[in-house]
Amino acid sequence: MFKRKESPSDTTFLLAITIIMFVAIYALAIIFLGDKGFNKIQMFFNLLNENAALIVIACGLTVVMITGSIDISVGGVTALICTSCIVCLNNYGFNFYSSLLLALAIGLVFGAFQGFLIAYMEMQPFIVTLAGMFLGRGLVALIEVNQIQVHNEGFEKLSGSRIQIPFLGDYNKRGVFIQSKLEYGVVVAIIIVIVMYWLLKKTSLGRKFYAVGGNAQSALMLGINVKKTRFLAHLICGLLAGIGGFLYLFHTRSGSVQQATGLEMDAIASSIIGGTLLTGGVGNIIGTLFGVLASGIALFIVTAIGSQDPWWPQITRAAMLCFFIVLQSIILARKKK
Amino acid sequence: MTKKNEKAGNDLMKHIKPVIRHRLFIPIVFLIFLLLINIFIKPGFLKIGLGKDINGNPVLIGNIINILNNSTELVILAIGMSFVTACSRGQDISVGSTIAIVGGVVMRVLCGNETQPTELKAPVIVAFILGCLAGMLCGAFNGILVSRFNIQPMVATLILFTAGRSLGSMAMGGLKPKAVASFSYYGNFFPGFPIPTPILITAAVIIITCIAMKKTNLGLYTRAVGINDKSSRLNGIEPSRIKFMSYVIMGLCVGIAGFIQASRVQTVNPYTIVPGIEMDAILAVALGGNSLGGGSLNLPGSIVGAYTIQTLTSMLTTLNVNTNAIPVFKAVIIIVLVAIQTPAVKRLFGRKTQAAKPALGGGKESA
Repeated sequence: MFKRKESPSDTTFLLAITIIMFVAIYALAIIFLGDKGFNKIQMFFNLLNENAALIVIACGLTVVMITGSIDISVGGVTALICTSCIVCLNNYGFNFYSSLLLALAIGLVFGAFQGFLIAYMEMQPFIVTLAGMFLGRGLVALIEVNQIQVHNEGFEKLSGSRIQIPFLGDYNKRGVFIQSKLEYGVVVAIIIVIVMYWLLKKTSLGRKFYAVGGNAQSALMLGINVKKTRFLAHLICGLLAGIGGFLYLFHTRSGSVQQATGLEMDAIASSIIGGTLLTGGVGNIIGTLFGVLASGIALFIVTAIGSQDPWWPQITRAAMLCFFIVLQSIILARKKK
Repeated sequence: MTKKNEKAGNDLMKHIKPVIRHRLFIPIVFLIFLLLINIFIKPGFLKIGLGKDINGNPVLIGNIINILNNSTELVILAIGMSFVTACSRGQDISVGSTIAIVGGVVMRVLCGNETQPTELKAPVIVAFILGCLAGMLCGAFNGILVSRFNIQPMVATLILFTAGRSLGSMAMGGLKPKAVASFSYYGNFFPGFPIPTPILITAAVIIITCIAMKKTNLGLYTRAVGINDKSSRLNGIEPSRIKFMSYVIMGLCVGIAGFIQASRVQTVNPYTIVPGIEMDAILAVALGGNSLGGGSLNLPGSIVGAYTIQTLTSMLTTLNVNTNAIPVFKAVIIIVLVAIQTPAVKRLFGRKTQAAKPALGGGKESA
């Protein structure tokens, strides 16, 4: 029904490239770095464990980017959630569920406020979410300047527990079978990915996101409430930032002002690697998932090679980003002709 | 109300309206407002005195001098960012990281492989030129991605944003060298000359920019490409060349700013140098009344915006606000200042004429 900027085959093609790249990198790692632990199944689960929060946050950014907007406040929101939840858990007798509610509330408030300013006040998304980022990080400093840890038995017990995967595992050096372990956060992240995939592909709201991002003018003529759609995209992004921030806390159990610096750019980069265009109208969740995993595995490999120089991880990440961006632009330019 | 009074009122409005509608009105009023608050909380704020530095040389001291001095990098970057924003309809978010690269190059040239060299390994002018070249090279890289490959500026500059600080550390070979004191003249004072050197450099950059804007068609071409690159191509302007050039100009600005920044303390930590300055530079451009969606080039506005941000920062520092908490106030001010310039609010006050166009473009402008 809605005319998209690119025909479906293009987006499928970009998605295919991302998945192939991920599989190829992983296969190469298994072949050449097998002795460093890449041939173990646990390595794959570690990849998921480390990146669960980023997957959720990147899903939110994908939705916002599909509508042609941007949100760079998620890193600040994550830091704010971590610190405020820890303060409440340690000092005000919050338990796991009430801190989860607090995290969701912070995310939703940020999402709703920014969405309102962007959609109804017609302010530029970059500036509004830049203010959101400043606000988030600044509030962290107002709450607590130093780095703090969670001291709450219930929370730590839950956060320390792992899911044992039946029948999957590795033999250690003594030949003892160890079952693979998965954090609860990964389950949440996978559920979110499935829900968001369903939302974008199967519901009318999801199709509206694509329509507004592709061409707001024609979406308006089709009778879509453009402002409301934009607002909802930011609201969803805020909610997912809340969930992602809580998962981040769940994984790290600490909070500081400098926490999650550059998380927003990691999330944007993952979405772009997964084939989402910043201009809007193009993108999908599965690509984002593989974008996160591909940059995650690249970082694992650089760490495993164990170079003495501290600058290689970021440079590798940037080189990968550069490769994907240039490749996408060449493909899109060729298809247009 | 009698007719006569009404007429007098109208006459008054006739004189006031152009002032209020002037594009520099809001930035300047806000800057004056901030300065007034400063004077209120610190009565001796405007005082400029003649003091002596450690070596007994006469130097100018005072709050205004400090603000002018500390805002050097931001002003220079804001000028470059205005060009980039105006013609490529997007922002360069890599400037902070590129400053780390420039700083790394400058330190490597001046110090070689030693951490505490007793003399400069190369003349300062060589380091300056190589630093500017490094900045322009980074700008050219961004420019090629944006102009040839048609990648959105934010995405293209995301690459150097990610890698820049690591590249800067790599350029220094992982060392943290400290140059000798004679290198510090460029970021502080020349001995015997009371005005801080960065202020002179800022003035020079602003004057050169003014001359370039008056004597060449740079401003016109930049605006034309930003408004519509297809029609500017039909009029004989090559959009990709203008875009590329704007990024090289941005790179040059980054080179100058990075050189000053390295000279201030004669050492560079690439991972912590000028944190978040890219956001401040973009903010300066937005505060100056430029559309972040491109097409408008208001250089005086950007410069006033940069000074406003620095005034705000130094005011909050005077009030003993924690450095990490300063962003909260910035955030509130961004929202208020940008909100009163939005079409929705203008419509509320019955100024419909200006509100018509951007009604739908709002969401797209960040890209």
